[in-house]
Amino acid sequence: MMAAKKTAKKAAVAKMTAMDRVKLARDPKRPHIGDFIRLMCSDFEELHGDRLVNDDRGLIGGFATMDGEKMLVLGHHKGATVEENMEANFGMVNPDGYRKAMRLATLAEKFHLPVVTFVDTPGAYPGDTAEARGQAEAIAKSLEFFAGLKTPVVVVVTGEGGSGGALAIAVGDTVLMLENAVYSVISPEGCAGILWRDGAKAPEAAEALKITAPDLLKLGAIDEIVKEPAGGAQKNHAAAAAAVKKSVLKALKALKGIPLDELLNRRYAKLRAMGNFFK
Amino acid sequence: MGWFEQKEKPKIPQAKALWAICPKCMSHFEKKVWQDNARICPKCGYHGRLSARERIAQTADDGTFCEVFREVSYSDHLKFHDATGPYRDKVEATIAKTGETESIVVGTCEIGGHKAMLGVMDFSFMGGSLGTGTGERIARACEQAVAERRPLVLFSASGGARMHEGILSLMQMAKTSAAIGRLKDAGLPYISVLTDPTTGGVSASYAMLGDINITEPRALIGFAGRRVIENTIHQKLPDDFQSAEYLEKHGFIDKIVERRNMKAFIAKMLNYWGF
Repeated sequence: MMAAKKTAKKAAVAKMTAMDRVKLARDPKRPHIGDFIRLMCSDFEELHGDRLVNDDRGLIGGFATMDGEKMLVLGHHKGATVEENMEANFGMVNPDGYRKAMRLATLAEKFHLPVVTFVDTPGAYPGDTAEARGQAEAIAKSLEFFAGLKTPVVVVVTGEGGSGGALAIAVGDTVLMLENAVYSVISPEGCAGILWRDGAKAPEAAEALKITAPDLLKLGAIDEIVKEPAGGAQKNHAAAAAAVKKSVLKALKALKGIPLDELLNRRYAKLRAMGNFFK
Repeated sequence: MGWFEQKEKPKIPQAKALWAICPKCMSHFEKKVWQDNARICPKCGYHGRLSARERIAQTADDGTFCEVFREVSYSDHLKFHDATGPYRDKVEATIAKTGETESIVVGTCEIGGHKAMLGVMDFSFMGGSLGTGTGERIARACEQAVAERRPLVLFSASGGARMHEGILSLMQMAKTSAAIGRLKDAGLPYISVLTDPTTGGVSASYAMLGDINITEPRALIGFAGRRVIENTIHQKLPDDFQSAEYLEKHGFIDKIVERRNMKAFIAKMLNYWGF
């Protein structure tokens, strides 16, 4: 009986197309950063603002404790209710959000605490105000900043890893990804619109872009896949959070005690090896 | 990510041989006038696009440019295939047409007598898109610059990451930014010249990370494409949105430098550094 069920589940998973995963990754019922923090951490003290102009609600963070381990968590915030969605701009972050992330991570460095980031965004906000305040500069600076941050960084891609807006807080020592999350250079719809001249060809584009967790593991873009409960994380937040917690704690334990120079050299070597097909 | 979002060019086949049309103000000129004026529009001052080789000839001291990492080229690790055919065919056709093997040409040179590591992107190579080969050339250039104590000068011209190479093209944003961080940590200056157009994943990585960011008059510089933004905010954007002048006004560009003064300006900056 159990074996039959397992085989059926395996077959269902194997049959899932890339676009099926995109739909799952975008499911509003999927656990969001607030759920993960609540279910994984015994306490969380949110800290606000970029100290420049704003407190971007699309990216939140603060000190937290997980299984007795102190840390700084930050990540995209899509919001769970319509009001929260609006306030958080559906997780589409402005430059202020990335500048807040850097400010908080600097705090982690100073407090000698590791950083855990949660990645779930359709992409950085494509708006006129975002451009005026330097969206490109904020993302660029964030990439350079996290590559050199003098404390361990563990990244969890929990839902949509939308291009540069995701990558800005996804440079770290260990990159975990939920089984049904996706992570891509461009949305399947955007890619289909350009290369297929037809947004409706998104399923083809999703397939061609190789954006699912198993594909990304093969390509070396992520380090580990976190299994989701049967049917997907949206069906059982507690089980999904427990699985993420286990992997995060394992990753943090492995990074703890690595001398700083070595940690930074390893992080650089990892980035340096990305797509180096050339002798 | 943006390299596709160029304005539609006017199609006037008969006139093509004789006339040049400024893509910004749509004024017509004799082709000779356009060429003799270093592809600068005599009417609106827009600085037209140049090939990497033309740029290098205008920037490096005569006979000093020594190209490196030419063996690093594109990679088709996804065996990417879209509605119009395989990526491999497209990129091979681009290589045959341009004579380049990636969207950036890098090498050592002297600029006004100052030694430098120079990289110049070529928009005619796949829209100047950032592929794995592009990122690898830039990272290697940074490392060689550190080893030889050379300041880094990069000219960007790109629509963004190359989606045909998938997630690993996105990762080049992180890789190049990390390499530039190390160059800066080593105390070396990085001068970034954002030329028309610099958008998407390239503006959101190495192009915006210059110790000194400079650009040319009327260049298009931004993160998201104009149409995407207009669709998001449901408003028409002003003409000067995402222009060099707009970026300077908002504090992201140190100086707008005319093409005829570009080499002298870079040399002057390197002279201030003084090593």
